[in-house]
Amino acid sequence: MTGAPVSLFIQCLVDSMFPEVGEAMVRVFDRLAVPLAYPEGQTCCGQPAYNSGYRREAAAAARHFIEVFAEAETIVCPSGSCVHMVRHHYPELFPGDPVMAERARAIGARTFEFSEYLVDVLRVTDVMAEYPGTVTYHDSCHLSRGLGIARQPRMLLENVRGLELIEMANSDTCCGFGGTFSINYPEISVAMVDEKITNILATGADAVVGCDISCLMNIGGRLSRRGEKVKVLHLAQVLAGVEGESK
Amino acid sequence: MNNTNPPTYRSAAAAGIASPRLQKSLHGLQDRFGKGAMEIWATMDDREMRHRVKDSRMNTFAHLDIILAELAKNVRARGGQVHFAATAQEAIDYTLAVAKKNKVKRVVKGKSMTSAEINIDPALEGASIEVVETDLGEYIIQLAGDKPSHIIAPCIHLDRNQIGELFAEKLGIDYSNDPPTLTMAARSALREKMLGAEMGLTGCNLACAETGQISLVSNEGNIRMATTMPPVLVALMGMERVVATLDEHREALHLLTRGAALQKLSTYVSFLGGPANADDPDGPKEFHLVIIDNGRSKILADPEFREVLACIRCGACLNICPVYGKIGGHAYNSPYCGPIGAVVTPLLDGINKHADLCKGETLCGACKDICTVEIDLPRMLAALRHKLAYGSDRWNTRQHNPIEAYVYSLWKLLVSNSFLYRLSLRLGWLLQRPFVKKNKMISKMAGLADGWTADRDLPPLAGRTFTDLWKRKYAVGRPSASKAQKKGGS
Repeated sequence: MTGAPVSLFIQCLVDSMFPEVGEAMVRVFDRLAVPLAYPEGQTCCGQPAYNSGYRREAAAAARHFIEVFAEAETIVCPSGSCVHMVRHHYPELFPGDPVMAERARAIGARTFEFSEYLVDVLRVTDVMAEYPGTVTYHDSCHLSRGLGIARQPRMLLENVRGLELIEMANSDTCCGFGGTFSINYPEISVAMVDEKITNILATGADAVVGCDISCLMNIGGRLSRRGEKVKVLHLAQVLAGVEGESK
Repeated sequence: MNNTNPPTYRSAAAAGIASPRLQKSLHGLQDRFGKGAMEIWATMDDREMRHRVKDSRMNTFAHLDIILAELAKNVRARGGQVHFAATAQEAIDYTLAVAKKNKVKRVVKGKSMTSAEINIDPALEGASIEVVETDLGEYIIQLAGDKPSHIIAPCIHLDRNQIGELFAEKLGIDYSNDPPTLTMAARSALREKMLGAEMGLTGCNLACAETGQISLVSNEGNIRMATTMPPVLVALMGMERVVATLDEHREALHLLTRGAALQKLSTYVSFLGGPANADDPDGPKEFHLVIIDNGRSKILADPEFREVLACIRCGACLNICPVYGKIGGHAYNSPYCGPIGAVVTPLLDGINKHADLCKGETLCGACKDICTVEIDLPRMLAALRHKLAYGSDRWNTRQHNPIEAYVYSLWKLLVSNSFLYRLSLRLGWLLQRPFVKKNKMISKMAGLADGWTADRDLPPLAGRTFTDLWKRKYAVGRPSASKAQKKGGS
């Protein structure tokens, strides 16, 4: 495939804690011959500040993002909640500044979540991946409810050779992460992730797959503490045909 | 109840989580009613109805003064009395005056959230008036000296064994945990109370301006008795309960019973519009409608929060919220619990006072999906946090956490400058070293961060970020970002 490159927007947690997810995404795009670019000045989309009410600080992050990606024609990110932030909250962050508000709206329209971009834009549902094993899929909230993306990751998973998808009960119930919520209200957060884990374990799947690393970090962090063997993988890692190095 | 400070949101939540009985009840409730409501919305023929009712609610608010005046005019025309109460105290004073004038010794209540909001029971009891709840769930709560924990199912936190023990103690019956036996015991006790009551006190599910009526839904028949047998009836109504026309009323009612209990119609729907008269001899001699503001005008005046007034109190959001589903209603320390309570309680009773309600959710959006009238509660939770972040004169709110505000101002410097941002990641990587265990996880952190590590592990910062890896492994042979972008822009 040719044309303008896809600019990778690598969520801050993926960049700093789960770089293998970003690498997996590069491998998938390389396999599909999609040209890539990586604007190196990128930092964080601003979601933590926005969700905590700090809109001036979130606006500063948004302004930085809009500058860094100013020339990018297409932006693709391995995180539903960050895309939700850019697409749905950036335009609210510049009241009284119609120029910035318009730039925010425009950048939201060309920012896509990974599975959304593959299925809805590239019209690819088979990326020629292999994953021998059973997986279950967790619908992260901002991806499934906020962006309406639930079908796309499943279509991609179903076409992975050797992979069997086993749906868990209440796959679209929140895992309890909620950003700073997970630190400020740990008892509630852990009770929620324990219920998620009950549903994951009930499937008997080898791995739980999702499209938001923050949810996966929450689920994985609790699985690790409980000593459970279930693997936690980002969709990109499954589609890259490699198992994740990190749990 | 005693006068000590209520437990905090966190501690009450932890208590709820620790109760297997509550967890079982909440799980059953959400599995049935949350999923049931979503199923109804997904399959109903008229997909536009929820949107239409929401629109009609919002249109009503644009002319609320006129519509309330119409309601009052039509109720008065039928011989009813209407009182506008600006505050909770005014509503209490008016109701007490009516009770005193009629030498009331016993009031029978039909479940009313508004009566709990204004906390009228202690005032009545202080005037030596016996107050008896007639809704079965609320009656159980009253007997137990407890507080409701769900808008529609107030005693969801109690199971039939507990209720059996309670009835054995308070009603003097033999212990039983058989629901029909317990219901019959409550029925006989309540009938006696109904027969001697001089005043009925209810809320108002909906009011219709065009017809000059209030409407009450129930499944037990208690509302019908409490509103027609006593010689005096006082109905307490939040001023936003009104709809303009009978058509709008029909649709709102249609959604209310579905959202609340998956019912096409509740067992009873009572339309009340005034005292008994020659044509309609069943009913009270006096009918009083108390239309209460108590902070609603302030919400109405703020476009950011006006939407919350569209709520028809069906309670569906409680039946899906994953936070409510774990912590139960008591943690909210308000008559209004669950997602709707988390928004409306701070607005009515103080944003600082109820900061935990503003912050103690994940913004997952399930409440927005299920809301009968499509209210965007997560948007308003984020807006409440915005008030807490900087303070708000309009809402008489001070900055909630100056230290957090300082942390975010530092964060702002980092995310706006990629050099400083990268430097801080490197620094974090160095500083975390003593904390990384053999399994390549961090399992103990200090201070606030221990909120994560108390019961979860955390992966460490990577030695090489994706940005580093891109430069070393992937950038080679690709157009640089700036060149590629120029090409893309041409």
